[in-house]
Amino acid sequence: MKQFTDLYWRLDGTTSTNEKVAALRDYFAAAPHDDAAVALGVLSGGRHGRAVSLTLLRQWAADAAGLPAWLLEESYAHVGDLAETIALVLPPPAEEAGDSESSLAACMQSTVQALRQAADDDAKRAIVEAVWRRLAARERIVWHKLLTGGCRVGVSKTLVARALAEVAGLEPAVMAHRLMGRPIETAAQFATLLCPDETEADSQRPYPFFLASPLDADAPSLGDVAEWQAEWKWDGMRAQLVRRGDEAALWSRGEELMNEAFPEIVTAAAAFPAGTVLDGELLAVRDRRLLPFASLSRRASRRRVTKQVLAEIPCVFVAYDLLEAEGEDLRSEPLAHRRALLERMVPHPFDKAIDTGASVSGPPADGHDSGQRFFLSPCITADSWDTLAAARATSRQRGVEGLMLKRKASPYAVGRTRGDWWKWKIEPLEIDAVLLYAQAGHGRRAGLHTDYTLGVWQGDRLVPVAKAYSGLSDAEIVEVDRIVRATTLEKHGPVRVVQPTLVFQLSFEGVSRSTRHKSGVAVRFPRIARWRRDKEPQDAGHLADIERMIEMASSAGATA
Amino acid sequence: MPDLLELTPAGLYCPRGDFYIDPWRRVGRAIITHAHADHARAGSDRYLCAAPGKLVLRTRIGSSAPIDTLPYGESLSINGVEVSLHPAGHVLGSAQVRVSHGGQTWVVTGDYKLEADPTCAAFEPVRCDVFVTESTFGLPVYRWPDPASVAAEINAWWRANRDAGRSSVIFAYALGKAQRVAALLDPSIGPIVAHGAVMKMVEHYRASGVRLPPIDRVPPRARRVGDGRAMVLAPPSAAGSRWLRVFGETSEAMASGWMMLRGVRRRRGFDRGFVVSDHADFPGLMQAIAATGARRVLATHGFADSLARLLRERGLDAAALATKFTGETVGDSGDDDDDESTSVDEGAA
Ligand SMILES: [Zn+2]
Ligand SMILES: [Zn+2]
Repeated sequence: MKQFTDLYWRLDGTTSTNEKVAALRDYFAAAPHDDAAVALGVLSGGRHGRAVSLTLLRQWAADAAGLPAWLLEESYAHVGDLAETIALVLPPPAEEAGDSESSLAACMQSTVQALRQAADDDAKRAIVEAVWRRLAARERIVWHKLLTGGCRVGVSKTLVARALAEVAGLEPAVMAHRLMGRPIETAAQFATLLCPDETEADSQRPYPFFLASPLDADAPSLGDVAEWQAEWKWDGMRAQLVRRGDEAALWSRGEELMNEAFPEIVTAAAAFPAGTVLDGELLAVRDRRLLPFASLSRRASRRRVTKQVLAEIPCVFVAYDLLEAEGEDLRSEPLAHRRALLERMVPHPFDKAIDTGASVSGPPADGHDSGQRFFLSPCITADSWDTLAAARATSRQRGVEGLMLKRKASPYAVGRTRGDWWKWKIEPLEIDAVLLYAQAGHGRRAGLHTDYTLGVWQGDRLVPVAKAYSGLSDAEIVEVDRIVRATTLEKHGPVRVVQPTLVFQLSFEGVSRSTRHKSGVAVRFPRIARWRRDKEPQDAGHLADIERMIEMASSAGATA
Repeated sequence: MPDLLELTPAGLYCPRGDFYIDPWRRVGRAIITHAHADHARAGSDRYLCAAPGKLVLRTRIGSSAPIDTLPYGESLSINGVEVSLHPAGHVLGSAQVRVSHGGQTWVVTGDYKLEADPTCAAFEPVRCDVFVTESTFGLPVYRWPDPASVAAEINAWWRANRDAGRSSVIFAYALGKAQRVAALLDPSIGPIVAHGAVMKMVEHYRASGVRLPPIDRVPPRARRVGDGRAMVLAPPSAAGSRWLRVFGETSEAMASGWMMLRGVRRRRGFDRGFVVSDHADFPGLMQAIAATGARRVLATHGFADSLARLLRERGLDAAALATKFTGETVGDSGDDDDDESTSVDEGAA
């Protein structure tokens, strides 16, 4: 436990990537394998349920610290992190740490697992209080994170893979590949992970995804347009199809297996020869029209998909890269070469399969689902950046988010390696909206009100339309926080209802009608572009403005 | 019997003695608990402070207004009201003001802490009927670590930076905090240098007999200072400024009680945060309040409402007092009221 606590605080105390990797490497090289396996699960955000309810934990902590419940709540509102609040209010440890706190694996077993299996609340309380008496505040915080299943320390899988690769003496990409898909839970599994030889050649593990970076410069600064491949940036879900042996696996970017959510894709994948891996985008398409992103997320969130949902929201896989063919890893080949092979493997261009335009409504028309599941993401041919800019300008009416620019000579790298893949998105949609509710943030912005619910006018009322988080500078957040505190009308737990005084420019990337929202509209990816200090609440936008955006999006599409 | 002290638009006032304690407007006679900007404002006709605090107060108020001093523990009669000053343990010359008349005794703490601090006289509990206490860190999450362990942490960090050829920069308020941090340093690790604002106060501390390790001023127009081995003491307002360039590669830390919280450490974006505060932590507040024997407690600064509510639940007559003392605030960006760079003219507003 001490080793892991030291790792936690070492990671927490630095923003440098190299230092994080060094901390992880030192830990994994020194920790016993059973501890390392547990730590790996914890660091990769392995989700396991809470071992004890937060309500009980708060009550017991207040009792142990001799404080009224309201003061613990006020402290929590100030700190913004419950695990930390409880750890800090408790009196300093009265006993020495024992065996059950010595190793991470033992601690998980004798406290966290024991809590899950405890007969009743009294038994749980006895376990918790015993640990509290033996751990110092810095260890308690980490222990609470383990208990509540949320131990995020800002290390990506890529960093963990880099550190483990150093420990094992392997290429980072090999380690990243090994880490995907399969949980590492035991000492033996961890040992296999570090094994210098590839052991499971026929696995369905995906390759680490290569991620594009937002293009913040002018496109012409990328040089000769002929060196670049341009594609539409589809508004779907990134996915990797792995077809090896007798099976196929569909992986999300979050490395979740999606075979159950998209059975029709997996079935159709059987047509590819074994040893094929495609990178692409899942999209929902019906009657030759793209369905809104919300439909696709409905599909993705299902464990089992009914026949009815399959018919209502048919999905396709639009392929844009070929990572493996005939069992051969092609990632180090130039994109142009991979693309040529891909076009042979997946010959049907997606733009021929859809009509750009309005989103669909009404029941599915029979027979329009061709049954074709795999399409090729078409390239946009252009002899100048101006031509591409003109194509990009048609993005909204096509229902895409802009363009992807990929260097033709580039290999398929790991993670977000800048320079070869760029997303050149269109400007977001915007409206001025009024702050209605504010909620205290957690983590980095602990204690400050950073989560804002914003509203626009409907007649003489303000209706909430979006919950937005980022976009303001640290100094502005502090200032908004002061105003929020000074203009609070009501408090509901961590949420404050404020007097409408602040106006923000809200940007979003899509908007559609919604029956699930009171306002009747749903905005996608809302964020605060800036604080409109020059505006009063009465200057804010109206719901009708948003409705007009929805109509414009549909009619622009229909005429395109 | 009317209250001996009352809150007026100019600050805490004693009608019987016709004087103010830490007024935020220009008044006739001001008794000053300590020279931080939220307590000591320029423009009053006449000042009274504890004897060791005279030099720093003079720097703060600038003017030539007369400053009377009183040794700790000695009393003085002002219009028949007995006034004495007692160590508050906050910064050099900081005092609790004891005011007594007609069988009623009040103590106004200003800012205070209970931890040992070699750079100022230790806090001394004073019995009273009404205790006006600060509550900057009046939430139970604030419990200071032992100063020796913080010193060990700071010196280990300095040593590691030195070995990597990096200068160590600690941002700390020019008056009080910087000197306290200096006293925690192990000068055998490397040279200690300070920003001019810190240096001025260091000189006052030395002139008042406080022993500090050798500290050099950063010479103006220097090209390169410290050779990657130095410890640099700078006010928070110097963070991110060009002034830091002469130190080459640096690792930067903030010394403050707020560094107790992970979220604050991350938000402030420094490489390290050291928990060093010149205010009382929550157990310290509780201990100080109990030691006065006061039945009535008035809380100022920070978490006054919470502290007052807790004390009421525990059977005391307690309330929050709406003063303009700001103390250290969690959200500020470095230009604190406790920092020297802040304007002292606010009192006129
Ligand atoms: Zn102060
Ligand atoms: Zn103060």
